[in-house]
Amino acid sequence: MDLLAVTAFGTVYAIATLVLLALGLAVIFGMMGVINLAQAELLMLGAYTVLLATSHGASVWAGIALAPLVVGLIGVVIERTIIQFLYGRMLDTMLATWGLSLALVGTVTLVFGPTTEGIATPLGYQTIGRYSIAHYNVFVVAVALGALGLTYGLFNYTGWGLVARATMQNATMVAGLGVNPARVYMATFAYGSALAGLGGAIMAPLTGVVPTLGLAFIAKIFITVIVGGPVILLGTTTSGAVLGLVESIVSYASTPMYGQVAMLAFAIVLLRLLPQGISGFWRRGV
Amino acid sequence: MSDIVLETRGLVKEFGGLRAVDGVDFVLRRGELRCLIGPNGAGKSTFFHLLAGTLRPTAGGIRFKDLDLTRLEPHEIARAGMGIKFQVPRVYDQLPVAENLWLSAHVRHGRAAAGTVADRVLDEIRFLQHRNTPVGHLSHGDRQWVEIGMVLAAEPELILLDEPTAGMTHAEARRTADLVREINRRATVIVVEHDMDFVRHLAAGVTVLHRGAILAQGSMDEIRDNPVVRDIYLGKRRRARG
Repeated sequence: MDLLAVTAFGTVYAIATLVLLALGLAVIFGMMGVINLAQAELLMLGAYTVLLATSHGASVWAGIALAPLVVGLIGVVIERTIIQFLYGRMLDTMLATWGLSLALVGTVTLVFGPTTEGIATPLGYQTIGRYSIAHYNVFVVAVALGALGLTYGLFNYTGWGLVARATMQNATMVAGLGVNPARVYMATFAYGSALAGLGGAIMAPLTGVVPTLGLAFIAKIFITVIVGGPVILLGTTTSGAVLGLVESIVSYASTPMYGQVAMLAFAIVLLRLLPQGISGFWRRGV
Repeated sequence: MSDIVLETRGLVKEFGGLRAVDGVDFVLRRGELRCLIGPNGAGKSTFFHLLAGTLRPTAGGIRFKDLDLTRLEPHEIARAGMGIKFQVPRVYDQLPVAENLWLSAHVRHGRAAAGTVADRVLDEIRFLQHRNTPVGHLSHGDRQWVEIGMVLAAEPELILLDEPTAGMTHAEARRTADLVREINRRATVIVVEHDMDFVRHLAAGVTVLHRGAILAQGSMDEIRDNPVVRDIYLGKRRRARG
């Protein structure tokens, strides 16, 4: 019984981290169509924000709160200097963001060194019979839910969200209505970056902080968003749930490495059967 | 202050070797309702796109109130008070009618008031029953109405309507003519139109474009009596109808 509860929570936690890490990409790639290969480095910069904050005497929580702001601002700079010239040019975007990714990893390595820095995981443990659950992991699940709810609400129930969705559908049209599409793109990219910063910051105490931190996640988050399909947020959440479930079940049954393999294999099969992604057929239903 | 709302001077637009708009001097006074007619390829749509800022002129200038439009981006032109309805309906098919109207209203009226404006326009174009219908589910003629509604929601000073009755039935076109006259009480209007019945029904000033230049201007009766216009445009249509 205890084992069941702990395993169930472990699965929820695996899904939550996947959704949290993929959420920023869901906005930038899913909604805006920007194949941002530097997305992993935005996660990494979020993690380094926490590291910097704690090494300067601030708490982990302050670092986590700061990370979305810092990485959001970095997102604005990236959008203004690189991305804004490349909308609609997929290959150029991939090349430029790949270069950006290498440059960011290189710069952070130069400044902070190539070693993994640890951040003490805050909060304690909850014992359930012979097992225990870290309170911080519960916090991660809560933040993932919060970030998802906030993003969903922002895009679906606010005027800004309606303008953003309209701009992503047809930028010339909103310009005819008096909206400056360049500003909407910039704000949306910054929001996606801030989400990535939050994700990286939340994961920092769990994974340790290293310049190549993002590499472990980049394939996973792209696959999650792609499997999610055209209904971006709910699709990404569903695919995060399905893929996270597969990963954690196989991980429990064997090892985490096989868990990853199973997840990727499952994603390939899923895309073979549903080339539009999980939410591809939802639209037809509506 | 002059009452000239819109003025073009020596406006030229070339596509490669083709001069689609060839030295147009056009003046529009506040409160006017003007129809722009001319055979296919006369340069009406190009002229429209130049005014909207979606095309840049090769030469010449456009003044809207005291702004030089050739220097402004499309969204700045829209903000300055110009509302445009293009030939192909530019509406968000996935979004409900009310949200389309809200999008159009929020720039001028602010986010808080945009909902009220959208509701008022829904009533005005008699679309209250379609409030939450995605625009993509409506007929072509109804989508045209939604776009006219979007122009109304923005409350512009100058309204450009490119073939507002395209795809409408005769009765719908009549209703549109009445609405255009109603709109004209509040704003200056330019209408590009093929349908001569509609133009006659509007009883507005007419400018005839031909091969990118202004061929004639005047009332509908004057235009009809102009032998050159008859020959290249009205006459041809009459002969074609046989």
